Amino acid sequence: MTKRPKTDTPIIKLSGINKTYQVGDQPLNALCDIQLDIQQGDYISLMGPSGSGKSTLLNMIGLLDRPDNGQYQLFDSNTELLTEELRANLRRQHIGFVFQSFHLIPRLTALENVEVPLMLSGTAPKVRREKAIALLTELGLKDHLTQLPRQLSGGQLQRVGIARALITEPAILLADEPTGNLDQKSGHEVTQILERYNSNGITLLVVTHDQALGKRAKRQLSMLDGQLVNDSKTLAPSKVMPDKTIAVQTISNKNRAELT
Amino acid sequence: MNLADHWLFSYQALIRHRLRSAMLLLAISIGVSSVLLLTSIGEGARLFIEQEFSALGAKMLIVLPGKKETTGSAPPIYGTTPRDLTIEDSETLKQISNISHVAPIIAGTATVSNQSLARDIIILGTTNDMFTVRNLKLQQGKKLPLNSHIRATPVCILGAGLAQKLFPKTSAVGQWLRIGEYRYRVIGLLEQRGESLGLDLRDMAIIPVQSAQMLFNSPALFRILLQLKQADSEAKTIEQINKAIAQRHEGEADITVVSQDSVLNAFDKTASIGAIAAISLFVAGILIMNVSYISVSQRREEIGLLKSLGASASEIHRIFLIGSLVLTIFGVLIGIVFSYSVIFLININFPDIPIAIPWWSTASASITAVVVGLLFSWLPAKKAAAVDPILALRGEQ
Repeated sequence: MTKRPKTDTPIIKLSGINKTYQVGDQPLNALCDIQLDIQQGDYISLMGPSGSGKSTLLNMIGLLDRPDNGQYQLFDSNTELLTEELRANLRRQHIGFVFQSFHLIPRLTALENVEVPLMLSGTAPKVRREKAIALLTELGLKDHLTQLPRQLSGGQLQRVGIARALITEPAILLADEPTGNLDQKSGHEVTQILERYNSNGITLLVVTHDQALGKRAKRQLSMLDGQLVNDSKTLAPSKVMPDKTIAVQTISNKNRAELT
Repeated sequence: MNLADHWLFSYQALIRHRLRSAMLLLAISIGVSSVLLLTSIGEGARLFIEQEFSALGAKMLIVLPGKKETTGSAPPIYGTTPRDLTIEDSETLKQISNISHVAPIIAGTATVSNQSLARDIIILGTTNDMFTVRNLKLQQGKKLPLNSHIRATPVCILGAGLAQKLFPKTSAVGQWLRIGEYRYRVIGLLEQRGESLGLDLRDMAIIPVQSAQMLFNSPALFRILLQLKQADSEAKTIEQINKAIAQRHEGEADITVVSQDSVLNAFDKTASIGAIAAISLFVAGILIMNVSYISVSQRREEIGLLKSLGASASEIHRIFLIGSLVLTIFGVLIGIVFSYSVIFLININFPDIPIAIPWWSTASASITAVVVGLLFSWLPAKKAAAVDPILALRGEQ
């Protein structure tokens, strides 16, 4: 993994993002006026009770969902204006997903699963095979390349999932409860892998219920009822105003360096 | 995603979801096989008729008693009419200028015996013209008396097989035998020849037409075979035949005249065979659609995943269409191999039945199957493309 140069301009910039779902006849404010800047190389945890909107926010950042209104700038693109095709392209280039339940394709081997994103982007078979083997070897799965998902343990499955997310060398890794289905030991291994790649420069956003995992992040966000209610980098975390929007300031590189 | 990868991805889905693939392949291959086998029957019938008529010579007409009023279907083998077709009717036809030979036929079954050896066989009562019209040859002896249409001479000509059975030790020619109530002398032996117009001439006896009238105690002709001088004035000759019979039958031409063309036309129903074939393929198409829908529901999670990995809706659409295409092509291949094997086995075991799959049927069935496969997977593929990745990944519908 190559180190990415760090810059001060945020790579992700959400402003005034709203998203409302219709649940029965009641509108549900899944996201309410979200303001969020994320710098390259950030390690962010996103916590909050079920239904607080963290998954929606994650999907919004991952370009799987569209906001009702507001702006989402990813690198130089104003994504809310893009066609589905271009959004898929951006997703392929910049974003890697890690899921709680792994979501590996059951009929494909570990190696083939990791190759899928490069297959979608049209990379030559030989190139992507070499790359996938290198990545799986790096994650300690050298002996499991040709095994099907049902032959692998939870920790191994998640490592395959991470390899698949990383193979396109994305700038941002979005992990939705990455340790949720794992025992403590495997969970710890997975956390370490994610953090290792973060320290190499990848931006890591982890959605979790697990306080211990959440606290490891250098920047911790909390959500409640579709609003960002706490950001460990705002000057006074006690100034929580649940019914009001909080403009979230970003962590500076200097501060993050101190924390490391 | 490039084309090779599309194929690879579909191929993996095909061979690693065995049951689902097997069901789809079965549906498609049954569709294709039914088309090929149906058309091969039609083609076989056409070949059979052509083969039969070519043995007879194309310049032949068959007159059957009874009028078939409706047109377009196969000619009746036995017509029904209050007025029989008689030997006198057939004599009248000799006056038509374009007719060179007239062979009236009375047919029936009777027991033929030589002392203790007996056989129930078909007896043909006819005249010498029969030998010309049907191109029959004798291996021994002589033909029927020239006055067969006038006089009931007690003579007969035997098929080669029958002669062998009745006279295993001696030569049949010159011997006497018994047909029904009467005694006949064998005057000739037919050359070995296979089946012709549905009659096995090897096990048959030919007697003068008047003798047959006496034997069966009925003047009714089974049919009249006519040979023409010129084949191109066939339509005009048929008209003259109808007129001549109408004069003798109180103004009614209650006969059916069959030519090679009209028989061929009856079997040349490629359109209706095509319709049956189209229905089979349509059914296969519906099956493809059903299974594709199930496949989309089963693969929702995968679709959601592919989207999160950067596949666009149109790419998902393509993935599913190509998946169906791969399946259909495999199904078509299986169907073709199966049908050709069946035809091959029939040809080996029943060499007398000329049956073959016409090339156009193979081509059109394959193309139609692929088109139907694509058409019927379009909707499921569109449904797949519209899957909400977030819900799909969460395992919700």
